[in-house]
Amino acid sequence: MDTGPPLVSILRQGSYLIASINTALDDSEMVRFQMDLIDQIGQHRSRGVIIDVAALDVLDSFGSRTIRDIAEMARLRGALTVIVGIQPDVAFAMVELGMGTGSVETALDLEEGLEYLNSRLSGGHTTPNRRLAPR
Amino acid sequence: MDSESTLTEEVTADFPSSDDHDESQLLPQLVAHLREHRTKLREEWASRIKDAHLLEAMTPHELQADTTSVYDNYVEVLETGSVEALQHYARDLSERIIPRGVETHEVVGIVLLLRDVLARSLFEKYQGEFNALNRVLDAYEPAANRIANTVAVSFVDERERVIRQQQDAIRELSTPVLPVRERLLVLPIIGVLDKERARQLTEQLLAGIRTHRAKVVVIDITGAPNVDETVANHLVRTVDASRLMGASVIITGLSPENAQTLVTIGVDLSKMNTVGDLQGGLEEAERLLGYATRAPDGHGG
Repeated sequence: MDTGPPLVSILRQGSYLIASINTALDDSEMVRFQMDLIDQIGQHRSRGVIIDVAALDVLDSFGSRTIRDIAEMARLRGALTVIVGIQPDVAFAMVELGMGTGSVETALDLEEGLEYLNSRLSGGHTTPNRRLAPR
Repeated sequence: MDSESTLTEEVTADFPSSDDHDESQLLPQLVAHLREHRTKLREEWASRIKDAHLLEAMTPHELQADTTSVYDNYVEVLETGSVEALQHYARDLSERIIPRGVETHEVVGIVLLLRDVLARSLFEKYQGEFNALNRVLDAYEPAANRIANTVAVSFVDERERVIRQQQDAIRELSTPVLPVRERLLVLPIIGVLDKERARQLTEQLLAGIRTHRAKVVVIDITGAPNVDETVANHLVRTVDASRLMGASVIITGLSPENAQTLVTIGVDLSKMNTVGDLQGGLEEAERLLGYATRAPDGHGG
């Protein structure tokens, strides 16, 4: 099960890992993705993880729990996780079914996610985005 | 007046011998009678309306014009048996008087009064001839019932059309999502939040977060009366869903009554970020977005 082509592209960007889920994953694929990712955090000594679910129209309870678990495991391995790109319909469905993301941080898209990680991991104090600063 | 009375007598005198006449002669006779006494009967009708305190929203002048038209339409229906013209007229009339607050019972009331006035006049006319009276009433009553029915239905139809129109209008302007600054949305909620509206609100908000790339949303519920458990739970879900999309939500404008209700019924709002009023909410939003809040003396920022 550990072999086979990767279902999720996991890219390394500096000290961050960016995992984009491109298609719907079944439960065993989800578990494989979880193991891949946790593995790579150690290999690359990553400090932050972004999980991008923008391509998903549906996120079932197992999927959201696995993502939550990944975030918790990543934290234990020293990386901060942020989930990005949850679609409006998916967000509402998740809330209706009572499955949130727990304490895991969420952001609108990849850009926002990177910004969040930058602000949290650059020495502890948050700096306002220059683009947003009042003139 | 003289000619009128002789005419009436002629008709009356004519009647006993008309027993063997065609039944279809009855209605034309009836119509002729009602046309002939139009002014007198209409005035009697108008005074009965006044006594019953109906249609008081209309001026005497309007009342005169409209009672005349209703009377003429009424007689025409008796004559032709077709209610189409009356239907149109009733709809038209309803359109004019509904905005003035005229109620269904008033409209039905005046038509029934007219029916009564005309029936009395027929009683008077055929007093002596029981058979003739019976046959006239047999012809008159179904037609009169049909007219009353038509007018009432037209009025109610028109009223429902107005209500539907207003509902559509309300639905369209019910939940504006306003971008106030870069990454900041304000969502003022005015009016009662029912299930359908709440669903629409969430949908529009989540779509708005996506389009405007919002980071902070201020939902102002100053204008929403009666925030009950259902609405509160829906707000909580909306807040959660927005968070999943990376936006934080600030709720503002909870009235003292609403705050009391929510705490009393035990809705869990601990996860909600609430600020007293919209002004405070916007300040909090700007803080979250990293704007420096300007100091009151103008030296800040």
